[in-house]
Amino acid sequence: MLNVKKFNHKHLLGLEYLSKEEIEIILETAKPFKKLFTRSIKKVPTLRGRSVALLFYEPSTRTRTSFELAAKRLSADTVNITVQTSSVQKGESLIDTAKTLEAMKADFIVIRHFYSGAPHILAQNVSSSIINAGDGFHEHPTQGLLDIFTIKEKKGKIKDLKVVILGDILHSRVARSNLWGLTKLQANVVLCGPPTLIPPEIEKIFPNVEIEYNLEKAIKNADVINILRVQFERQLEHLFPSVREYSLLYGMNKERLKIAKDDVLILHPGPMNRGIEITTDVADSLNSVINQQVTNGVAIRMAVLYLLSLNTTSTKL
Amino acid sequence: MKVILNEKDIKKIISNLVKKIIKKYKNLNKFGIIGIHTNGVYLAKRIAEKIEKSKKKKIDIGFLDITFYRDDIGYRQNIQSPKETEINFDLNNKDILLVDDVIYTGRTIRAAIEQILEIGRPKSISVAVLIDRGLRELPIYAEFVGKKIKTKPNQQVEILLREANLEGDKVIIYSK
Amino acid sequence: MKLLIKNAIVVEPSKNLEKKQDILIENGKIIEIKENIKLTQPHKQINANNFYVSAGFIDIHTHLREPGNEEEETINSGTKAAAAGGFTSVFCMPNTNPPIDDQAAVEFIMLKAKNEGLINVYPVGCVTKLRKGEELTEIGELKKAGVVAISDDGEPVENSKIMRRALEYSKMFNLPVIQHCEDKNLSKGGVINEGKVSTMLGVRGIPKESEEIIVIRDIILASLSKGFLHLTHISSKNSIEFIKQAKQKNINITCDVTPHHLVLTEDYLLKSPYDTNLKINPPLRTEEDRISLINAIKDDTVDCISSDHAPHTKEEKSKEFDLAPFGIIGLETLFPLCVTFLYYKHKVPLINIIKKITNNPAKIFNLKNKGKIEIGYDADLTIFSIQEEFIVSNFFSKSSNSPFIGWKLKGKIKYTICGGKVVFDSTNPKDPFYENKNFYNNKK
Repeated sequence: MLNVKKFNHKHLLGLEYLSKEEIEIILETAKPFKKLFTRSIKKVPTLRGRSVALLFYEPSTRTRTSFELAAKRLSADTVNITVQTSSVQKGESLIDTAKTLEAMKADFIVIRHFYSGAPHILAQNVSSSIINAGDGFHEHPTQGLLDIFTIKEKKGKIKDLKVVILGDILHSRVARSNLWGLTKLQANVVLCGPPTLIPPEIEKIFPNVEIEYNLEKAIKNADVINILRVQFERQLEHLFPSVREYSLLYGMNKERLKIAKDDVLILHPGPMNRGIEITTDVADSLNSVINQQVTNGVAIRMAVLYLLSLNTTSTKL
Repeated sequence: MKVILNEKDIKKIISNLVKKIIKKYKNLNKFGIIGIHTNGVYLAKRIAEKIEKSKKKKIDIGFLDITFYRDDIGYRQNIQSPKETEINFDLNNKDILLVDDVIYTGRTIRAAIEQILEIGRPKSISVAVLIDRGLRELPIYAEFVGKKIKTKPNQQVEILLREANLEGDKVIIYSK
Repeated sequence: MKLLIKNAIVVEPSKNLEKKQDILIENGKIIEIKENIKLTQPHKQINANNFYVSAGFIDIHTHLREPGNEEEETINSGTKAAAAGGFTSVFCMPNTNPPIDDQAAVEFIMLKAKNEGLINVYPVGCVTKLRKGEELTEIGELKKAGVVAISDDGEPVENSKIMRRALEYSKMFNLPVIQHCEDKNLSKGGVINEGKVSTMLGVRGIPKESEEIIVIRDIILASLSKGFLHLTHISSKNSIEFIKQAKQKNINITCDVTPHHLVLTEDYLLKSPYDTNLKINPPLRTEEDRISLINAIKDDTVDCISSDHAPHTKEEKSKEFDLAPFGIIGLETLFPLCVTFLYYKHKVPLINIIKKITNNPAKIFNLKNKGKIEIGYDADLTIFSIQEEFIVSNFFSKSSNSPFIGWKLKGKIKYTICGGKVVFDSTNPKDPFYENKNFYNNKK
């Protein structure tokens, strides 16, 4: 039996900082929240009176909506601050913006930022609980958690599963959070993409992770394929010659799906570039759990908000 | 530490409770039992079983976790790991019997009632407990009480049930 | 009036000397060095109580930020920080706004330094106009105005042809070209060393190869041009290897390293993630690189130790890691870091450390009558303790962007004497820079 008392974090900045047991506590806690979704009233009063500020410096539909829904289903109040409407454009610094939210007594600040480490800056400068909703290409812990939750829900376990993370790993915070979480839960992770999209010295951080440039080899006997979005906006120079060539080498299509196990799960953090990294027939196939990922995302975020609310006095990362 | 009820006492108390319950609820088609995690679930199952045996009728039973409805989140006292709420029957227009092991401040029952009302609209809700230790902080009332005992706030009343306790059923009391 | 320094241990690397002697100063010059000097006529005296005395330290890589960024540092505040750090001479880098790329800009610095500076300020002029890497500056005019070297520091001279011409042309003025070694195409977008840590933090890396490529290219160009090349703030093991080989072939090159590359590694970024006071260019590298730099200090492959003092305001440094500027201040921590880590931890002889901040810089950059304790030389002297411990806290610099705040270090500057004047006196913490006006009245 998992004991929530063992989860003693005030902030969620990345899965790097969580133990295997702490990750499992979040996954278990998400289950009763998911159960709520079958009720007509999907709301519980758990965080009544608390407030959650959603500070988004980067456009995001699903993550922001998912956090907002999670907070609202816990009866917390939410405020949205997006870069287009806030004083950020007038040149206010990140710390000043966060201090303002702190002064308004936001219990949680959920931050999405173009640059890695922005959530750390907040955690060091304000007293609110900070939840990283994706920073640069560092981490996106709730996405990693919901991916793992979805895999576990379908496969019953994580240990010893062959999980392929496919595509633009270099620029992917989703890949990093998946890597930390999956390796802590002892999955066999394979990274697949062109050498130019594999982060430097990744093998020094995850010595048991396999790197395979060839897609066909990588997905052989795979239990799970997590397909990453090609992040055109982050590339400073051409890391692959053309979208056409990328799609030919690494695009996931029906033919290639046959190489993996019959019951392989297809995950994608969204938004999808259909026809580039994933074809429509794969995205909409029976193997695809992309929509379940979205549903589970709300439950995971509720679990995270709930667990962090138990530890507002902790100072751990 | 003092044992105030042993296995035999508890068996007797449950039998008496069941008798009273059967007496009150005439229409078992419109009846359901909901146990509050964790001991309440065990007791609810025992009560339902006895009613089913005596009336030869399947009783609707559900389990309720009130963690998300607690009013002390963030104070880090007595945090329980949340468990799943499972109520797989229609609550609407039913007479609901809410079962827990002990009634004390009344806050747990308050949270349970709140949650039940969000799930559906029962015709009535009544409460059955093994022990009423008094010291209520809210105007909450248990209709079916196994045993009433006088306690002080610094005392702990612990109900050990065989479903989770190797030594069988007993109720102990001790000072904190 | 004469000034007598009594009971100091004189450290003079050029004579391999480490011996208790007295030093007598008159009219800003050293006039006598011997044991137990006795004066009968009235004079001023510093009792150095068995502290060490060396030639005043020379920092060949300082950013004084004036003109243009006076909120970060000024010639006045920067020279105060330098004096407190034991320096009597600093080279100020030309990446100011406007840059020091013509005679007028050099003269502005010289005038400001004369009026407001506490110590000697030697301007470094730009290699190219506006530091754009396109057109050479009027190097002869810059020399005449007073520069001791040319550099586009902050930026490398990227174009090989321009670099070749700079080396060729400047040699007739005996002016070294100081190169900031960075292939900007390879380092583009990078904020820390490329590797394990950059991958963990999810930031772009600066591969050490971006430095090494320019090191090796410039060695080739130095060999071709026969000019004077000085490679500044070297950070990688391979760079050291290339420099060592070039020196063995008698190619005319010299180099320096900074204390932070000798003390810190990229791993500090894991202990203190996204700490912008660990954002430095060139970036903190690996332990292997660090150890090779220390060995290069020991075997004299490295000629100088420089601060790369780069002040930035708190506002600038509290930005997101990617947006915060590179650099840390270093004038006030250079010497204690060298004592604590090189002398005590890695057993580098004191005389070796002193050589790299006195004799060698004066020699490489042709500073007349500087960098040695010798009769007839300028009375630029630093008196210090290598035992005294202190905790790094307040700075005389206008900025406080240092990763060493809170560190306990050994090695404390007691007095800094520049041109025979006491410009820093730690025994007077209320006003350590009283610039000898009260000094002569109070001390006997």
